[in-house]
Amino acid sequence: MGPTNVNRRDVLKRTAAASLLALPGVGALSSCAAGGGGGTDEKPQKGEKSKKNPLGVKEDAALAVYIFNGGYKDKYAKFVSDMYAKNYPKAKVDQKATEKIATQLQPKIVRGNPAADVINNSGADQMNIGKLVTNKQVADFTEMLDAPSWDNPSVTVRDSLYPAMQSMGAFGTKGCYQLNIAMTVYGNWYSKRMLEETLESQYPKTWDEMLAVCKKAKDKGIHGWSYPGGHPRYMLFSMYAMFAQVGGRPVIEAMDYLEPNCWKNDAVKSVFEAFEELVAKKYVLTGFDGPQGHTEMQTAWTKGKCVFVPNGSWVENEAKDTTPAGFGMTVGATPSLSTADKMPFGTLYSPPGEPFIVPAKAANVQGGLEWMRMMYSKEASINLFKETGGIPALKGAIDGMKLPPGTDSSQKAITAAGDNIVIPFWKEWYGELFTADYDKVMGDFMMGRITTKEALDIMQKASDRIAKDSGITKIKKA
Amino acid sequence: MSIEKRAAKPPNRLLFFAAILLPPRFTPMSVRYDRRYRTLDKYRFIAGFLAIPLAFYAIFVISPFIQAIYYSLTDWSGGPIANFVGFDNFVKMWNDERFWDSTTTSLTLLVIAPVVTLVLGIFFAYMITAGGRHRKGQAISGVAGSSLYKVVYFFPQVLSVAIIAVVWGRVFNTNAGLINGGLDLVGIKGPAWLGGEYGLALIAVLTVICWSFVGFYVVLFSAAMGGIPKDIYEAALLDGAGRGTTFFKVTLPLIWDTVRTGWVYMGIQALDSFAIVLVMMPSHAMKVTPVFLYERFREGQFGYATAIGVVLLLLSVVFSLVVMRLGNRDRIEY
Repeated sequence: MGPTNVNRRDVLKRTAAASLLALPGVGALSSCAAGGGGGTDEKPQKGEKSKKNPLGVKEDAALAVYIFNGGYKDKYAKFVSDMYAKNYPKAKVDQKATEKIATQLQPKIVRGNPAADVINNSGADQMNIGKLVTNKQVADFTEMLDAPSWDNPSVTVRDSLYPAMQSMGAFGTKGCYQLNIAMTVYGNWYSKRMLEETLESQYPKTWDEMLAVCKKAKDKGIHGWSYPGGHPRYMLFSMYAMFAQVGGRPVIEAMDYLEPNCWKNDAVKSVFEAFEELVAKKYVLTGFDGPQGHTEMQTAWTKGKCVFVPNGSWVENEAKDTTPAGFGMTVGATPSLSTADKMPFGTLYSPPGEPFIVPAKAANVQGGLEWMRMMYSKEASINLFKETGGIPALKGAIDGMKLPPGTDSSQKAITAAGDNIVIPFWKEWYGELFTADYDKVMGDFMMGRITTKEALDIMQKASDRIAKDSGITKIKKA
Repeated sequence: MSIEKRAAKPPNRLLFFAAILLPPRFTPMSVRYDRRYRTLDKYRFIAGFLAIPLAFYAIFVISPFIQAIYYSLTDWSGGPIANFVGFDNFVKMWNDERFWDSTTTSLTLLVIAPVVTLVLGIFFAYMITAGGRHRKGQAISGVAGSSLYKVVYFFPQVLSVAIIAVVWGRVFNTNAGLINGGLDLVGIKGPAWLGGEYGLALIAVLTVICWSFVGFYVVLFSAAMGGIPKDIYEAALLDGAGRGTTFFKVTLPLIWDTVRTGWVYMGIQALDSFAIVLVMMPSHAMKVTPVFLYERFREGQFGYATAIGVVLLLLSVVFSLVVMRLGNRDRIEY
């Protein structure tokens, strides 16, 4: 046999040629990442429907739950998972908690093979829910909302909850693709003791009174306001209801539907100018600019360095460790700007919060829906309140209980608001408008680096950019 | 084996192809003595060695690149449908101010970070290998304690980038940070480093990038300088060259290849700087292109995000080519 003579130079030369040859093969090798098909067309697991099991849960189907490990922790959900395991003893229930919801769950949802049946899609790393709905990657909750509620079979789940639950999850459809479990109350949070004893004042119902309180505080060496410099978007929690108060609902709806010049409205402008005055008069305690800025700010607040902070009702739980006894944490509705306001003092920015979804292609969709039905039981609602201090979405779940001051004031604020509840849907639908654009604008605005006019110009530009962007699915007025 | 047994006519084609998979022992004579069998055997041998690495390379390196380029031309949003939209994403990018803002920052880092890091790296390395007093019997020596410094400089490389970002985030903290705390002691009210002025934010990021990478280059350049024969230094010394002259006329030209490689590598590190900026900077204060890309990804604009990725790839390639071209000198053999 002749010798097979291969020298080193030949090998190197041929390597280059071979890699070129390999290229056309790549097309065949690369499995299409957007395929989403591949073995995912199995029928969802369903069992027999019965009175005890109105959603037809398959009794021995495993259930995977993913909870966002944030201010609420995950014990409240463990309670529901345990409840599920008790009712379906043959089912293996697995609950996990993470701070990185999108990182951990989105890839498998994209591939059509979700790792969880119920997901608490919350936190800074949440999945864009609008896209999930557009891509039909989340299941419709309608079936569950129309099922009998856990505690009272003659009332549907839908009727047992606070209103606006379905509209928060509708995304311009008739269905409901996201459900929230707790009512969040946003507004101006303060210490009752600080306001009434140290400053000898009452909660300001008008902006003029607000400025007076801030002045009084400044004389005592206390800042009237603060906000987390690392997350300046918190300012919306104190500004949003004021937009509605000054200009009425059409002003805030225009924002939701990205109408031309919606941010340049006079009502919005006057609210920005009001806050510009706070900044100009140096009433605002700045700093807190790291990623943990909100915690740092809350600590300064509970230590009495500032009076009012823009925040949501989770703060009572989040700041629990640093809150001194007798602090009297209270939320105040945003002050009226003038007597010409279109909506009264007491108008409240209070959407249902802590969103949950069930992936459309989850292995156990019915189980996921059933888990949510249990979440809305009285038992689980009371436990939710005990664990987190959050106000459950189940109507009257915690009536007659002894409430901590923050929750008590939140509950009272919701009752006082009545129908005057306002929700910025644009924040849910076009997340980047809030988390990136508004955040950046407020970062500059609260440091006094841009004026009201510049701030609103930038916001308007951002709103127009989203309206024009064909890559973002727009939600039309129903 | 005798000549007589050799087949008179070439073997049929089918048999010849079948021989690709057959070991020589089982290959029919007619094929084995074919003129082309030697070539076949040779390439079969090469392919046998290269098949697995090439397949890995194709699947894990080339295919993701090609997929990314394909997805950058679609409106993929994470669902099962990805419509082909041509260059729409690139047009959108061109008109997107946010892209230009983040890219300006990235390019600034790309220009400044390598210069600062490499200059510091070369300086420290020179001091370590040749910056000390002349000791008896040695042409060159490092400053006192140089072997310890070499280890200490390398420390940041051992830390995970996320930890570096978190720790420096604390150092730069406006109200409770080490820097402003120090300034407070001497009666100066420190500025908001991270959430304030853009210029300060840029300085903060540059500081962290340079701090975390300089140790690597100290070690890299010390190794390169250690490879320079001592007699060259001796000759320079005899000719009366001082430390500065020695450095510019001897050391730098002799390690130029390493400097150029380091420059490319550092430039790509600076162009990325994703983890440091994402963890340390409030997103409203400053963004680099990879962070902007990540945010598009999180918003479900996967097509747009990959288009940004493709542009980043092009930027890296162009940068490497420019540096290789600019820094092209005749290699000095020693």
